Amino acid sequence: MSRRAAALTPYWLIMPGGLWLAIFFVVPMVMMLSLSLQQGDVVNGFQLTWHWQTYVDGVTTYHSQIVRSLQYGLASTLLQIVIGYPVAYWIAMHGGDRKTAYLFLLLLPFFVSFVLRTLSWQFFLSDDGILLGTLKSLGLVEQDYHVLATGGAVIGGLTYNFLPFMILPIYVALERVDPRLLEAAHDLYAGRVQTFLRVVLPLSLPGVFAGVLMTFVPAASDYVNATVLGGTNNTMIGNVIQNQYLVTQDYPMASALSFTLMGALLVGIFLYARALGTEDVLEVAAR
Amino acid sequence: MPMTETADAPAPAAAATLSAIELIGVVKTYQSRGEAVHAVKGIDLTIAQGEFFSLLGPSGCGKTTTMRVIAGFEEPTAGEVCLQGKNVTGVPANKRDVNMVFQSYALFPHMSVFENVAFGLRRKGVEKAEVTRRTAEMLEIVDLAGREKRRPKQLSGGQQQRVALARALVNRPRALLLDEPLGALDLKLRQAMQVELKRIQREVGITFVYVTHDQGEALAMSDRIAVMNDGVIEQLGSPREIYEHPASKFVAGFIGTSNLLTGTVAESGADTAVIRYGADERITVPVRGVFAEGAELELTVRPEKIDLRLEAPGNGACQITGTVTEVVYLGTSTNYNVRTSAGADVVVFTQNASSADDIAVRGDSVWLSWEPEHSYAIGTEAAP
Ligand SMILES: Nc1ncnc2c1ncn2[C@@H]1O[C@H](COP(=O)(O)OP(=O)(O)O)[C@@H](O)[C@H]1O
Ligand SMILES: [Mg+2]
Repeated sequence: MSRRAAALTPYWLIMPGGLWLAIFFVVPMVMMLSLSLQQGDVVNGFQLTWHWQTYVDGVTTYHSQIVRSLQYGLASTLLQIVIGYPVAYWIAMHGGDRKTAYLFLLLLPFFVSFVLRTLSWQFFLSDDGILLGTLKSLGLVEQDYHVLATGGAVIGGLTYNFLPFMILPIYVALERVDPRLLEAAHDLYAGRVQTFLRVVLPLSLPGVFAGVLMTFVPAASDYVNATVLGGTNNTMIGNVIQNQYLVTQDYPMASALSFTLMGALLVGIFLYARALGTEDVLEVAAR
Repeated sequence: MPMTETADAPAPAAAATLSAIELIGVVKTYQSRGEAVHAVKGIDLTIAQGEFFSLLGPSGCGKTTTMRVIAGFEEPTAGEVCLQGKNVTGVPANKRDVNMVFQSYALFPHMSVFENVAFGLRRKGVEKAEVTRRTAEMLEIVDLAGREKRRPKQLSGGQQQRVALARALVNRPRALLLDEPLGALDLKLRQAMQVELKRIQREVGITFVYVTHDQGEALAMSDRIAVMNDGVIEQLGSPREIYEHPASKFVAGFIGTSNLLTGTVAESGADTAVIRYGADERITVPVRGVFAEGAELELTVRPEKIDLRLEAPGNGACQITGTVTEVVYLGTSTNYNVRTSAGADVVVFTQNASSADDIAVRGDSVWLSWEPEHSYAIGTEAAP
């Protein structure tokens, strides 16, 4: 191969993926953006009129759903860190020869479809279902106590459904921590808590960072959990968008809301990356 | 296996000052997949205050395990560890006043050089200004001033090595444990760091326990060396004693180049024996104890102690004959391989003090001779 051809190799390698992205990502994005600025209806068709007002209307009408989505996304992400970190830590540090087996067990429920899993939670948590029905017949909870159709149920569902995407990156980061570093910290007079705070935690933060990225975005834009577990008073922006597309068929509004959500998530993640994604944070944590 | 504690080593118990480190009957057995691995099979050791002490031995002989037991990363299966005369068996590593320099350095990758070095002082709760002062001072000693803000991965191997050293030394531990600290460096840098380490040890006056599998390094740096093999100490003594008077075949073979000759006892006196070698050659060798006539005896002679000539050297007490099989000119010295009359292969080093031609060429019949005190009968101290 000539030198020139060799220099072109990377571009050839990126071609299939690049084409894929261009056709199936960039093109629809542009079409959606255009759609969000059109006016009209399904029967008479839509015309591009650069109608930015749709965005303003969308935010004013549905701002409570937007805020709720971000809140639920954030709450479930935090819960996932709280639940997922210890699990990842235990598997990475104390899993011994069975690490892979534990990870597999953890992922096993997730071979079942997303919707089915959420439906089984609905079944489990329903007002007279296995859990609450039993508790109620034992007189342990009030007769009108319910879990479904609450914000808590939605956050719980989101937490459960995206948990592996939090655990896996944290596990990978922890697994890569050289055990000698723990011994070195121990040798330098750090007890277990100090060793964790000064060495293990800072070195695993990139994993937490990745986990947050991988779970916050899908959680905030999810609509399945809110539909199945949340009832009518806890709808998220995903539900609104779905409704606008499939029921009302107000495509421009649905597109405008999608872009608004995307913008909000991008800004949030950008700020988050600026605040936490730098090495200075690790340094401060280590001090 | 015999273990020789040689005479002029610092007498442990008698000394008024406490020994820095004492191991009493230390055994370490690992359980690995249901099988017992006997890494250390019983070690007794006393290391004096301020000593540069080396553990020398081939890979897998238990050096790292011994270190880890001293540092407190492993609890001994049996035996005791004492630091400054205090039994610390069972005390965790962070409560022991020794620090370790790891084989792979184990620097904290997310911290700057300064943070790495200051780590131990901060954990000990040393006051902030003092931390800054002592860290800066230590970085000065290891010649890293001006690099405080770098991350470990931005440093060369030699610099990382010095950060690891500074990180341990800044705590002024009672003893510093170094596990093959120079193993990852290339030869030139390794030799420079050997000198540097000796200088630093003199400067700070801290006991160094140094693990190495490089006999040259151990000889060059140590006050005393423990030669380990297969989980036990084969010999313990000064570099000179270990080189000149190897106590076992293993030590003779492991330290430097050594010629091994086997003969039978012809005469046995109080402190020397005459060995019959080959057809009818005689070698006088110092021994301890009396041997039965006809008993087989092995002795070693270092290559540089042997005198090689074309004629008989006279009535020497140790002289044998042989044929030159190889001549290798090395500049400062010439090496000869000689097949002896009894069929053993012997190596001889001669210094090239003059620029004259080599003494002998391949195929020459030569005489080899040496002084009796330069040969050493193997294992005679354990014999009856
Ligand atoms: N954690 C462990 N589990 C099982 N066997 C081990 C462990 N650590 C060391 N060993 C074994 O103990 C022996 C001595 O090892 P080590 O002390 O590391 O030797 P060295 O440092 O002299 O090369 C080796 O056979 C090694 O395989
Ligand atoms: Mg080792």
